[in-house]
Amino acid sequence: MTAPRTIHFTLNGAAVAATVMPHQSLVELLRERFDLFGARESCGQGLCGCCTVLVDGRAVSSCLYLAAFVDGAGVTTVEHLAADGDLDPVQEAFIETGAFQCGFCTPGFVLMTKQLLDEIPDPSDDDIRHYLSGNLCRCGAYPEIVAAVKLAARRQRGA
Amino acid sequence: MSDATRVSSGQIGRSLPRVEARAKVTGAAEYIHNLRLPGMLYGKICRSTVPHGRILRIDASAAAAIPGVHRIVTAEDIRTVIAEPYYGPAFHDQPILAEGKVRHVGEPVAVVLATDPHIAEEAAQAIVVEYAPLPAVFDEIEAMNSAAIVHDILKPAGTFPDLKHLAGRSGTNVALDFHLRRGDTERAFAAAEHIFEHSFRTQQVMHTPLEPHVSLADAADGGVTIHSATQTPSFVRIEIARLLGWPENRVRVKTAFLGGGFGAKVYVKLEALAVALSLLARRPVKLALTMEEQFFTISKHASTFRIKSAVDGHGHITARQCQVFYNGGAYADIGPRVAQKSGFTATGPYDIPNVAIDSYEIYTNRPPAGALRGFGVPQLVWAYESHTDLIARALGRDPVEFRRRNLLRDGAPQATGTVMRDAAISAVLDRLAARLAWDQPFDRGAGTLKRGRGLAIGFKASISPTTSVATVAIAADGSCILYCGTVDMGQGSTTAMAQIAAEALGIEAEAVRVVAPDTDVTPYDMGTLGSRSLFHMGNAVRLAAQDARDKLAALAAETGVPPGANLPISEQFRRKYGMQAGTIVGAGSYIPAYAPPDSATGLTPNATPFWMVGGAGAEVEIDTETGRVRVLRLVNVADAGTPINPGIVETQLTGAAIMQLGFTLFEEMQFTDGQLRNPSLAEYKIPGIRDMPDRIEAETVDSAQQSGPYGAKGVGETGTFAVSPAIANAIEDAVGVRISELPITAEAVYRALRRAAGDQLEDL
Repeated sequence: MTAPRTIHFTLNGAAVAATVMPHQSLVELLRERFDLFGARESCGQGLCGCCTVLVDGRAVSSCLYLAAFVDGAGVTTVEHLAADGDLDPVQEAFIETGAFQCGFCTPGFVLMTKQLLDEIPDPSDDDIRHYLSGNLCRCGAYPEIVAAVKLAARRQRGA
Repeated sequence: MSDATRVSSGQIGRSLPRVEARAKVTGAAEYIHNLRLPGMLYGKICRSTVPHGRILRIDASAAAAIPGVHRIVTAEDIRTVIAEPYYGPAFHDQPILAEGKVRHVGEPVAVVLATDPHIAEEAAQAIVVEYAPLPAVFDEIEAMNSAAIVHDILKPAGTFPDLKHLAGRSGTNVALDFHLRRGDTERAFAAAEHIFEHSFRTQQVMHTPLEPHVSLADAADGGVTIHSATQTPSFVRIEIARLLGWPENRVRVKTAFLGGGFGAKVYVKLEALAVALSLLARRPVKLALTMEEQFFTISKHASTFRIKSAVDGHGHITARQCQVFYNGGAYADIGPRVAQKSGFTATGPYDIPNVAIDSYEIYTNRPPAGALRGFGVPQLVWAYESHTDLIARALGRDPVEFRRRNLLRDGAPQATGTVMRDAAISAVLDRLAARLAWDQPFDRGAGTLKRGRGLAIGFKASISPTTSVATVAIAADGSCILYCGTVDMGQGSTTAMAQIAAEALGIEAEAVRVVAPDTDVTPYDMGTLGSRSLFHMGNAVRLAAQDARDKLAALAAETGVPPGANLPISEQFRRKYGMQAGTIVGAGSYIPAYAPPDSATGLTPNATPFWMVGGAGAEVEIDTETGRVRVLRLVNVADAGTPINPGIVETQLTGAAIMQLGFTLFEEMQFTDGQLRNPSLAEYKIPGIRDMPDRIEAETVDSAQQSGPYGAKGVGETGTFAVSPAIANAIEDAVGVRISELPITAEAVYRALRRAAGDQLEDL
C-alpha cells in the first residue's frame, strides 16, 4: 500500500483536493472524505451499478474506479442533482412512478438515466434496457423504472 | 368514540408515494451501511476453506504482525466475554466463531480488527488455519442416512415449546421432523381410480440484498448499542441479552432503512459477533460483509419433494401424500419452522379428504439456509402445482377445470383441519384464467419457436402466534408520531403504517411521522418477516391510534369542547395545560388467536390468523434449437385483502415475481465437494432489466381480511408462490417436456427436448 498522493478535481461543481492512496476507490473517497453516501458499494465488481457516479459526464462504477484517476476531472454524484433543493425531473419521475422499493440502487439508476436522456432524449424500450442493463434492482422495480424513464423523457422534451 | 362512529379520512386505498421517497432518490436515505462511529474498528472474517473438519491449529502470527492490526480474535477469546457462545432462533447450534470444528465452507473461524478495513482484510487472508477433514454430506436425501453427522447432538432453543422433545437427540442429521395425518390415505389409495407419483427438486439460492449484511456494536458503560441492518430488532435484543446474561434494557438495537432483506436479515446474523468484538476491543466495531460473504451467511433451502395423489373417476383428488426434505445447511437458523409452518400446506390449496405430510429439516455441510420470501412455500408450490398439471394432462382434463373441481373453498377444512376463512382461492384462479383468456385460442408459435402457456396457484399460512406492539404520541400542537418496530426494507411499511394510523386518527398520512426501529424507543415486535407486519403491526397501530383518539376525545370532553365543535387539538392541550405542553400516548398490542398442532397428528383448529393466496400465469416461447426460454408474459393475481396502498401492493407483486423469475430460470449456488463455485454477481446472475418479461402484470382480487386492519393482510411473499410451476407448465404446453428441477436453464430444456426425441445428450 505505497505512498499517498494529492489530487485536485471538481466535485459537484466545486474545486476540491484530497490525499488518496493508490488502492483507494472513488466510492471510498466520496464516502469517507466527502460524506457523500449516495454512491454505494454492493457487489464490488462493477456489476450492480449501486456505486454509479458521473466522471466528466460519463457514468462509471466508482467501486472499480480508482480515486487517483479523477485527478483533474469533474465528478458528479446524485447529491448534485437536487443541490438547489429542487428535484431533477428524473428524480421526480422516479417518485411519481414508484420506481424503487428499498432505494439502495436508486441513485445509480437515476444517474444512468441522466446519461441516457442526455444522449437519447426520446429513448426506445430497447435503448432503456440497453442503458440500464448494468444496474441491478433486487426489489425488481424494473417495470416502474422503465415507466419513470419514459415519463422523465416526455417531460424533458416538453411533450 | 366507538369505531362505528368514525368517519374515514380516506387514507385506505390511497396510492401515496413512499413517505421517504425524496430521501431515496436524492441518496440521502439512511442505511446502516453508511454508519461510522468515532474510534471504530473494522472487523474482517477469516472463513473456513473446508466443508467439514476439525480445527487443528490457527496460526495468526503473520497476520498479527501486519502494521495497523489491532487484534486477532478466535473462539477462545469469544468465550471470555460470552460463556456459551451459541445462538439461533430455533436451535442454539451456531457458534459465534467456529469452535473445535467447522461445518461448512465460509464459516467464520477468526476475525481481524483494524482501524483500516483494507489492513483487516489483508491480515484476515494471512491467518493460517489447519484442518483435519471429516466426512461431509451435501445432499438432503443422502443426509437422512449418512455416516457423516453435522451436529453431534441437537440443541433446540427454549423459544418454541414444540421443539423441546428434540433436545439431546444424537446421531442424526434430521433437525426436525413434522408429521400430519388426516383421514385414511391408505384406504383412499387402495380405492383410487388413478395414482400419480412424482418427485421435484429446487436448488439453493441466495437473497442477494444489494446492501450486504452490516452490523456495528458499541459496548460501553455496562450496556451495548447495536446498529444493524436487521429485520428483527426485538429478537436481536432478546438473543444478545440471553447470550450476555443481561437484562433486555442494557441492549439497544437500532436500525434504519434496509437495502433489501427478503429474509436474509432475520434473527441474529452478525450481531453476536460484533457485540463480542466490541466487548473485547472496548471500542465500537463494524462488520460489513462483501457480496461474496453473503453467500456463506444465509440462503434459501434446496429441497426434494416426493408427492403422490389418488384421483377418483370424476377427477377428484381423494388422497395426497407429501414427503418434503428441506436442505438446511450446517446451522438450523429458522429452518425447523420452515419445515413445520410451511410443511403443513404441502398438499396445496385443494380440498383433499385424506392427507399425509412428512416434512423434514435436514442438516448438511452447506452454508445455512433460512427464510427467503415465502418461508419454504415456493418450493412446495413448485412441486404440487407441477404435479397437479401433470395429473390434469394425464387425465385429459383442462388444467383450470381440474383445479376448479378440487379447489379448497372458504368453509372447508385445510390439511390441518383448520377451516378456511377469507382466502379468495377461487377468485384468484378465476381472475387468472380470465386475464390469460384461457378459453380463447392461443398463438402456438411457428418453426423452431414454440409457444405455450401455463398457470399455477399457491397459498401460505401466516406464521403464528406472534406479537406486535405500537404506540402513537400526539404532541401539544396536534402533530403525531408513530413508534413501531417494523423495519422498512423496501416493502413500504413506513408508508402503510402511517396510512393506518392516520385513518384511525382521521388525519392525513403525510401528517404522521414514523420513528425508525430502536428498541430503546419502539415497543416489541416479533419481526419484519413472513408478510406478517401489515396484519400484525397494522392491527397494533390501529389499536394504538384508536386509543390515542379515544384519549383525545376524553381531553375534548374534559376541556369543555362541545361535541361536533371543530376546536383544534392544540387548543385543547392549551386549555388543559395552560400552554403548549403535554403528550397523549395511545398504545396498541396485538396477538391473534392460535392453537398449536397436535403433536401426533399435526392437526389444529386454528393454524394461522390469515392465508395469502397467489396465482401466476405465464406465456413462454421456447427456442427448440437452443432450449432457451423466453417469458413473453407473466401475470400475477393475489388475494391481498383490501390493499392499504394499491400502488405499493402492485410493485410488491411484480417485484416478487421478478425475483422468483431469477430463482426459476437461472439463479443457483453451484457446489463442487462443498466448495461454492459462484459466490459473486459475475457468476451468480440475478435478474436485470433485460430479464424482464415482455409484459408483466399484477392484480389483486376483491377481498377483505375481516380480522386485518381495514381488511388488509400481508403481500410481500405472495408474488413468489406460483411463478416457477406456471413457467414449467407453460413449457410443457409449448414443447411437451416436463422439467422437474430448478433452475430451468436453456441446457435443462434442451436436454429434455433431446431426451424426448430419443436422442439423449451425454451427461457432463
